[in-house]
Amino acid sequence: MSTSADNTKFLQIQDVVKDFGGYKAVNHVNLDIAKGEIFALLGSSGCGKTTLLRMLAGFETPTSGRIILNGQDLAGLPPYERPLNMMFQSYALFPHLTVWDNIAFGLRRDNWPRDKVNERVEQMLKLVQLGKYAKRKPHQLSGGQQQRVALARSLAKQPELLLLDEPLGALDKKLREETQIELVNIIESVGVTCVMVTHDQEEAMTMASRIAVMSEGRFLQVGSPSEVYETPATRFVADFIGNVNLMDGTVTVDEADHVIIDCADCRHYVGHGITGTVGMPVTVALRPEKIALQRDKPADPANCVGGKIEELSYFGSETVFRIKLASGMVLCASMANTERHSDGAFTWGDVVWATWSPQAHVVLTQ
Amino acid sequence: MEASDKKATWRPSWWRGRTAVIGVPYFWLLLFFLAPFLIVANYSVSEMGAIRAEDISSVSEGAIRLVMKYTNYQRLLPTQDTLYLYAYWASIKYAFVTTFFCLLIGYPFAYFMARAKQSLQPTLLMLVMLPFWTSFLLRVYAWKGLLDEGGWVASLITGTHFDKVLVLMGAIEVPGQLMHTTFSLIIGMTYTYLPFMILPLYANLSKMDLRLLEAASDLGATPWVAFWRVTVPLSKAGIVAGSMLVFIPCVGEYVTPDLLGGPSTLMIGRVIWDENFNNNDPPMAAAVAVVLVLLIVVPLAYFNKYQAEAQEARK
Repeated sequence: MSTSADNTKFLQIQDVVKDFGGYKAVNHVNLDIAKGEIFALLGSSGCGKTTLLRMLAGFETPTSGRIILNGQDLAGLPPYERPLNMMFQSYALFPHLTVWDNIAFGLRRDNWPRDKVNERVEQMLKLVQLGKYAKRKPHQLSGGQQQRVALARSLAKQPELLLLDEPLGALDKKLREETQIELVNIIESVGVTCVMVTHDQEEAMTMASRIAVMSEGRFLQVGSPSEVYETPATRFVADFIGNVNLMDGTVTVDEADHVIIDCADCRHYVGHGITGTVGMPVTVALRPEKIALQRDKPADPANCVGGKIEELSYFGSETVFRIKLASGMVLCASMANTERHSDGAFTWGDVVWATWSPQAHVVLTQ
Repeated sequence: MEASDKKATWRPSWWRGRTAVIGVPYFWLLLFFLAPFLIVANYSVSEMGAIRAEDISSVSEGAIRLVMKYTNYQRLLPTQDTLYLYAYWASIKYAFVTTFFCLLIGYPFAYFMARAKQSLQPTLLMLVMLPFWTSFLLRVYAWKGLLDEGGWVASLITGTHFDKVLVLMGAIEVPGQLMHTTFSLIIGMTYTYLPFMILPLYANLSKMDLRLLEAASDLGATPWVAFWRVTVPLSKAGIVAGSMLVFIPCVGEYVTPDLLGGPSTLMIGRVIWDENFNNNDPPMAAAVAVVLVLLIVVPLAYFNKYQAEAQEARK
């Protein structure tokens, strides 16, 4: 089936630009997606992720650049001739057709014989476990069921590429978490290559094998969920993915195996080398869950800071403390609640010391 | 919670603001439509010269006796006189043809209006309603001038020999003679009722979710297929509403057939007029009218049922 030998370049986006009257919604984007990958475009609204997806689907034409799917340049192909299908945001199910007819819609457009259509629709209904609902109209289904119909409809034609536009955006939180896993399982069982768009970083991290963080039409970082989370490339990425404490400082010691960075409130001892020089301004990123709290001042003057608990939020599984430091900066630290009742738990107004390991930091040079 | 429950019991549920708001027009219709209709129905079962309620009912031995005369309805039967059947049939036929042409012209118009630039739509909408600024009678008269011999529309049609096609279609009888024919009647009624087709269609089409067309396209439907498989089925409610708004008044149309129609286009409105004013037989006119109303109520009931279903589907 595949004409291109290189499966790591199943979908190639080459220097794609989309210019909306002087505003570059997508600005010189390059990307290769491997066969069978689930790839997430992550960004806040207006970052260009949806425009990029719509260019893949054929609803928008790139101002310049090329999109190549499985060795075939998609330029000039209208949406109805592209070998890909899309699951739309809030599903866009045909309200006048039953679940069965919605799923069969694409197959009938390709003039499948009647018995093949029947067979395929039954197969899809089974895949998404909606066999009982085949005769219902979309408005008679719950949000989760509608989402599964939309998925079945977009998979029915066995597309080479599946596009998901905010696939779980219309579901409530509890259902969303359940559906994330289910959706990934279905996509993987079918083995289709998938590009999804989402503004929800949790959704992107749970579902995708790789993530591109987008802002202002550009890719800031492309990598696996853990790469993007643990080694963010820029301040924006660190801030966008999860919670983070950002401290500006200057490099004072720059050795091959360690670096010392002085900030307003504390001194950071970083247990690995960085590409930088002494005197260079950098930003240190610290995730809240990598910070520990204690009452006594630690012996080592580096990698600790004292402050007063100004606020705490109890989330059940964890508690997030907001600690006011001497400079006025607020440090965020989270602690897992491993015991049901802990005597001597930290509370409002307590003076505490926050500590972290030399491996906890990410040093951002840009 | 408890307080609001109490409040609800204070006033009976039917006595709400909305009841009053709906009640006023209902009262109006009761007074000026249902009551007159019952009077007409009373006429229709009376004899000429005896058309008061007392004449058909009398009290004897403590019971009310109703004496209804069905002779007027019997006279409508084709075994007695084929004129009525013919006129009903003609009315329905011309109303149907008019509805068809209104839909044929109105649908593309409404479609492109609904898809036009947002800023342009109010202007287009106003242009559709512009004819209402001139009296209906004047506009129908104007067609007389256009279609009479020497009128520019008539010259255009005869000049292009389209009149010969119209003869073949049976819309006119003699080439060059356009006025007082089926052709002039249909043109006049289509022209008059076109806005009533366009407005509900526009309202329907402009509300359509355009992402459904993208979904259709994504699933392999060409724009033409997407139009027939998605746009048209989804605008069914608008098509039904527009068709009813054209068809129902067209059936009972009197002025346009009188001004633009000819001897071959006898419609039921004319028959009612003749019975009442030329034959001085109001009961017979009333019987003709009652049957006409019944003929219209059937499609209207279908329309209402359809609207209710569409309402449910949109939920």
